Formats: sequence, C-alpha cells, structure tokens
Amino acid sequence: MSNKDNWKIWEIFIRSRNGLSHKHVGSLHAPDAEMAIKNARDVYTRRSEGISIWVVPSESITASSPDETEPLFTPADDKVYRHPTFYDIPDEIGHM
Amino acid sequence: MEYTLRLGDNALILGQRLGEWCGHGPVLEQDIALSNVALDHLGQARMLMQYAAELKGEGYTEDKMAFFRDITEYHNCLLVELKNGDWGKTIARQFLFDTFNYFFYTGLLQSKDERLQAIAQKAIKEITYHAQWSAEWLIRLGDGTEESHKRVQKAIDALWEWTGELFEMDEVDEKMCEAGIGVDLAGVKQQWHEKTAEILEIATLKKPEDGWMQKGGKQGEHTEYLGYMLAEMQHLPRMHPEASW
Amino acid sequence: MYLRDFYGKAIARIFVTESTVKIMTKETSLEDRFQQYVDGENKVEPKDWMPEAYRKTLIRQISQHAHSEVVGMLPEANWITRAPSLRRKVALLAKVQDEAGHGLYLYSAAETLGADRMDLIKDLLSGKAKYSSIFNYPTPTWADMGAIGWLVDGAAIANQVMLCRTSYGPYARAMVRICKEESFHQRQGYEIMMTLARGSEAQKKMAQDALNRWWWPSLMMFGPTDDHSPNSAQSMKWKIKRKSNDELRQEFIDKTVPQAEFLGLRVPDDALRWNEERGHYDHGEIDWEEFYNVIKGNGPCNKQRMDARNKAHDAGAWVREAANAYAAKQAQKKQSSAA
Repeated sequence: MSNKDNWKIWEIFIRSRNGLSHKHVGSLHAPDAEMAIKNARDVYTRRSEGISIWVVPSESITASSPDETEPLFTPADDKVYRHPTFYDIPDEIGHM
Repeated sequence: MEYTLRLGDNALILGQRLGEWCGHGPVLEQDIALSNVALDHLGQARMLMQYAAELKGEGYTEDKMAFFRDITEYHNCLLVELKNGDWGKTIARQFLFDTFNYFFYTGLLQSKDERLQAIAQKAIKEITYHAQWSAEWLIRLGDGTEESHKRVQKAIDALWEWTGELFEMDEVDEKMCEAGIGVDLAGVKQQWHEKTAEILEIATLKKPEDGWMQKGGKQGEHTEYLGYMLAEMQHLPRMHPEASW
Repeated sequence: MYLRDFYGKAIARIFVTESTVKIMTKETSLEDRFQQYVDGENKVEPKDWMPEAYRKTLIRQISQHAHSEVVGMLPEANWITRAPSLRRKVALLAKVQDEAGHGLYLYSAAETLGADRMDLIKDLLSGKAKYSSIFNYPTPTWADMGAIGWLVDGAAIANQVMLCRTSYGPYARAMVRICKEESFHQRQGYEIMMTLARGSEAQKKMAQDALNRWWWPSLMMFGPTDDHSPNSAQSMKWKIKRKSNDELRQEFIDKTVPQAEFLGLRVPDDALRWNEERGHYDHGEIDWEEFYNVIKGNGPCNKQRMDARNKAHDAGAWVREAANAYAAKQAQKKQSSAA
C-alpha cells in the first residue's frame, strides 16, 4: 500500500436468506476484516438484502484467466453422457 | 410524558447532530455508517415523539413536538447537544452515550409501560449495534497512531464532565422508577463505569476521574449550542406555522 | 503469478494479449473481434481483453459518474438539518446516504478496470476530474429538495436506465443496483413538490421558483447536442452508451412536462409545445454558454463544493491512517502469537 491512509479493497458476498448461497454483490474499502463486515452491513444490506456476510480481501482471490476459457471450459461441452437426457429409458418407467 | 420526551429528545438531538456529518465523513464507507446511526436515532425519536404527543393530547403531533417547543422545553441531556467536533470527538461522544443508552434501554425492556417496553424492544437491537460500533472505533483511534490517540484522549477528557448528568436521578426519574416504568440510574451508572473502563483500557486510553459534572439538560437548562441547533432545525415550519410539508 | 491478480492489471493484460494474438489468424484484429463481440450484445468482464481506449473511456465516465454522486450529496445534505418535518428529514437523510452508496458502487466498478479509488478521488479534489455541473447550483429553499428529486434524479434515472444495458458488466451491474434504489428518490422529490404546489401561496411560489431555476440545468445534464458531442459516437459504437444525448433529453422532456402540468406549475420555456407530427414536445434553445461556463468552474457553487470535499478528505486523513495503523498492529500481534 503506497498510501498510509488508503484502505484496502474487499470483495463482499451476501447470503440473502438461509437456503441460498452467498453471492458476490460488489466491493468496498476497509482497514481490516471486522470493519469490512460492518461496512458491508451498512453499504450492501440497507434494504434488508442479507442475513450473512462474507468478506474477502480482493488480493486473495485467484481467478481463472479469460485467455484460458477454451482449454478450461470447452472440453466439458461434448461430455454429453454427464447429462440425464443421454440415456434412453422407456416412458412407462416414469420419471427417473 | 416528560419521561418519554426526555428519551425522545435525546434521540432527536443526537440524530440531528449526526445528520450534520452526512456528506462530510472521513471516507465514503463511514459516511454511510454514521448516516445509518443517525437514521436509527431519528427513527427512535419519531416513535417516542408520537407517544409523547398522544400523551399530551391537545392535537399535538410528532412534528409539533419537535418543531414548536422552545429550548427550555427540551429535555435531552447536555452531552448529545454538544458540537460534533472532529471524528474523534464524535466517536468519543457516541461511545459515552451509546454505552449509557445500551444499559438504559436494557433496563427499559422491563418497563411496565407497554408502549415504552415495545419501543425499547425495537430500539435495543439498534443501540446494541451502536455501542459495538463506537467502542470498536474508539479502540481503533485510541490504539491507532500517536495523533489519533492524542485526539481521542483529549475528546474523552473534554466530554467527561457532561456524563454525570446521565445518571442523575431527579423527581421524574424517581417517580417513574417507583412505578416500574423507568430505569434505576444507579445500576446503569455502575455498569457504565465498568464497561467504559474496560473499553478505554483496551483502547490504551486513560479513564478520567469523576470531577465536577455539568447538569440541567433534563430540566430544560441547556448550553448555547442547542439554541443554534433548534433555530436551524425549526426555522422553516415556524415561518409557515399553518403549512403542511 | 499473473492469475493472482483479481482485476487483471497491466501485466496480466500483456500476457493475455500476446498469447491470444498467437492463436488468432491475421485477418481480424483484436479490435475487430472486440467490436464483433460487443455487437453481439455480449458483456465485457474485467479480465477480458479490451481496447485501451475502451478502458480509458470507461474509467473516465464511471469515475465522473461516481464523483457526481458524491458531490451531489452536498446540495441536498445542506437541508437535512432543516427539513420541515421528521418524516421528510429521515427520507432526505436516507436519500443522501444512498448517493454515498451509489458513489461507492461506481468507484468499485472503476476499480475493476485497474483504477485506484484514492487516485480517482485525488483527481476530483485537484480539479482535474469533472463531475456533473448540476451540483454547482445552489439550494437556497426547501423546494429545491423537491425539484432536485423530481428533475435532477429524473434526468439521472433516464441516463441510468440506459446504462443498465451498458456493455461493461460491472458498470451495468452497479447501475441495476442503483436504479433499484433510485426509484424512491424521484418519488420523494415529486411528493415534496406536490405538497408545496397544493399548499399555501408562499409554498406554491417556492415550488414554481425552484422549477424555474432547475429546469434548464436539468436539460443540460444530458450533455451537449449530438452534433457537438465528439465522444458520443465511439461510446455508442462500443455500446457504453445506448442512446444519444438528444434522444435522452427528449424522453425526459416528454415525460416531465405532463408531470409539471399535474402540479399546476409552469415550465419556464415559452417555446415549449406539443408537436403532433413528431409525437414529441418541441422546446426552446438551451443556453450552452452557461453550460460551458459552469463546466469551466464559474458556476455559483463550484468552489464551495470542492472546498467541502477537500475539507472532508483532509480532515479524514488521520482517521483513515489510524484505522490502518491499528489493523497493522493487530495483524502483527496475530502473527507473533501464531509463531
């Protein structure tokens, strides 16, 4: 951090209600995790949007590169045998 | 009614003071945070003013209570009407008041007055958060840099003489306490002293000795600051007394 | 190592670009591919390759937008302590607080492009960066709270609804959130105007006076006419902007004039009339000299607004620093106790 008064960036994830996963909602600045949670409460749940908060320093996130999109994700496209419709089951068996 | 009004005035005057920070906070995140605290206080003020207005009757409303009482008819404690000062002073004032408010409203949860009890039930969640928030900030400033330590210690020292009034039992307090409606301030005082001592120590700050204490706010004797605040707050409705907004 | 950079800053970009070029045939340039991608209504995400000019344009536009939200707090915050009822007071405070939030969401979106919020703020404070000129007009009366909510937020919403479909993903997502929250702002303003317009003579006068002062500056918010807007064409091509300044302005006028009529207030434009043939309102000439003058810094409140922002920033420095120092101490304690 070049600046003594510059707070670092945190990515904020919010669970809107039990039963759902935490979802990325945006980012904010805070000096530490405790304040990042408090800030997230004030910034991202003013309209009752959540009941649980995760905060992660942005610098700790490892992301895949868009450059690798093809090698990473296209190989899955032709593995149709992973989907239920790949298999023929007679109608009279009913839902399976 | 006077008892309810005292609580309402504390909330209104503090909410009004904190509203002054909006747009001028040290960082966007804290601007938003302090506005939230101000909104909590104003929300509590409205509930209490509505109740006080009903008790008073005579066509009183929350707004008539807020905008058409003069300075001597205001019953808030002096601490909340003091000027904001810098962030350190605002945090110190919040810490001293929020800690008091937390123990006070915890007591009010047992009130035999159903309405006050219901208000306390709603408010205590907000107040608990305020108390945590300002204590954490006090610790950050106290144990932050040399400058922040100096600033916040100075603020605590300067504000100390305004805290005695919080625990002063007058006739109204005693009557309400006996009726099981109000809160015994002697108990609150002890809890407050223990809690503030604990937090101040973590914050590496010195707890001032109790010396001369200012008082009078509850009885309507105020600082000059409140006069200016009311002039600003009330001028528009008073200029058009028949108007609705 | 490159992959650890969440936002894909400089080094990661060079890495990506080179390898992508290797894969691609020579017939399409990266720019062309990018254009095709955007033309196909696809969203651009932070780490995707993008023309440098696209990135720069976005950082400039998003940060200007963020600055506008933050500076825009001032003319309204000005009335929080003077709001004439408790209901109005809490609504106004919540609204101005939302604007701080919107500034924050937008700075966040700009940060996904590799910008640093502190640098952006410093550009604002030094006068290098621009913000919406509308906030350089004063708010002397309570009716200004009504007029700002109704007209200024109304104009802003027209722009923001369009931006919900902008090509840059994080910007579009910030806009969706902002639009959701903004919906109460304009209603709040219109309700104030309605109460005043139906109130006493003095209140009606106050409302009309505010409309007179805010009408033209609100129309200027959409920016210069299309033939004088040099950057617009490229922004439209990249689908950052989806509608032209004049289109948005016309939409706003068509929507707002009937609302003024409902209030029984007069829009201060003698040339304003419904054009049956076009299906739109015709309007008078906008005073562009005033517009450029205010941009140059000669508006009634330019200096006041910048002074206020500078003061808040400078007075907050020791606070931000203290919080960082405390965090560093705690982290160190944790480390040494773990060791």
